[in-house]
Amino acid sequence: MKLDEKEIAGIIKEISGSDVKKCMKCGKCSATCPAYGEMKFHPHQFVTMVARGKIDELLKDETVTRCLSCFACVERCPRGVEPANVVAAVRVLAEREQGGSNFVPDEVPALIIADKEIPQQALVSAFRRYRK
Amino acid sequence: MNYSYYPGCTLKTKAQDLDFYGRESAAALGITLEELPEWQCCGAVYPIARDEIATKLSAIRALMAARDNGTPLVTLCSACHHVLTRVNGDMQRNADIRMKANNYLKPAVPYAGETRVIHYLQLLRDEIGFDNLKQAVKKPLKGRKIGAYYGCLLLRPSKEMQFDDPENPHIIEDFIKALGAEPVVYAMRNECCGGYVTLKSEAQAKENVDLIIKNARAHGAEELITACPLCMYNLRAHQDGSMPVRYITELLYEALGLREGGAADET
Ligand code: SF4
Ligand code: SF4
Repeated sequence: MKLDEKEIAGIIKEISGSDVKKCMKCGKCSATCPAYGEMKFHPHQFVTMVARGKIDELLKDETVTRCLSCFACVERCPRGVEPANVVAAVRVLAEREQGGSNFVPDEVPALIIADKEIPQQALVSAFRRYRK
Repeated sequence: MNYSYYPGCTLKTKAQDLDFYGRESAAALGITLEELPEWQCCGAVYPIARDEIATKLSAIRALMAARDNGTPLVTLCSACHHVLTRVNGDMQRNADIRMKANNYLKPAVPYAGETRVIHYLQLLRDEIGFDNLKQAVKKPLKGRKIGAYYGCLLLRPSKEMQFDDPENPHIIEDFIKALGAEPVVYAMRNECCGGYVTLKSEAQAKENVDLIIKNARAHGAEELITACPLCMYNLRAHQDGSMPVRYITELLYEALGLREGGAADET
């Protein structure tokens, strides 16, 4: 079954728990985002695009994995929109689709060999955040 | 007093120092940390999507075990603390997650977030008290200029974490003062080190670490401390080695005079 853009946007709103309509487009979330230069779309754009139901571009964007889940945007949004949760919801949908993520668990062992100091915490995160 | 203790995966492997110094120091301060039997890895990242249930179960099992022990649950790793605190909040406030998790786990007594999760620093501040800690210090770390590196996970989202003022935290500075050293306050202390993105892009993590270390140095920090093994990794791996980084518990261990061969303490 194929869902259309609007339906998927609805799922994103639901699982992110974010009230995207509250956004007043001040841009504070993107101004504070440490991954700003790495992500094709910035936190305020995630919010706006989901609010409009125009998310095909977002779902295809591989740089979504560059979000650090640092919650700076959540903390500093004056409207309580929680942009990181919207980013995470988009990412989770990509991860849940077979082949949807641009990082697969098979790549993890090589990383351990490459750097023996990498903490388990990062590897567990990798399996969680970059799965399938 | 007794506390249940959740070390987490990294403290059993790459961050054994954080764990060892933490336990030894707690014991010296009269605190018994009782490791939960058969705890499982918390997953290291909090599953944000509201329909994620299975990924929260290991955290719920630990929270439930502490409830059954009748003790608060002490954490040390920032990531474990973040995950356990937020999952506990879900069990308190989100009826859907609570119902599904309980239906799956079928505990004798359903769990609704009764456990109090406290971070080691909160244990020092609220249960022991920084004034009492100061009294217990045998080797004050005089003259050392130490920058606290908070990172993200302990502080944010502050609505859920309720750890400290998210934009102007001072618990680690107060801790540093209690140990007799001089805390150095700098703006980047609560900005992200890059976290797990280092696996995807070292350059991205390095960029963050550069900003943090430059800022700390500009304010006069001569060393940094952290409670997070991943912050530790990033802060050490992505700099030239000129800024020492230590775990909070190592500093405590030193100040309590627990390190052998006194001279090394002067470094
Ligand atoms: S959580 Fe992600 S989107 Fe939000 S500020 Fe941090 S890196 Fe940027
Ligand atoms: S900070 Fe909040 S209100 Fe401002 S643009 Fe970002 S999501 Fe919208």
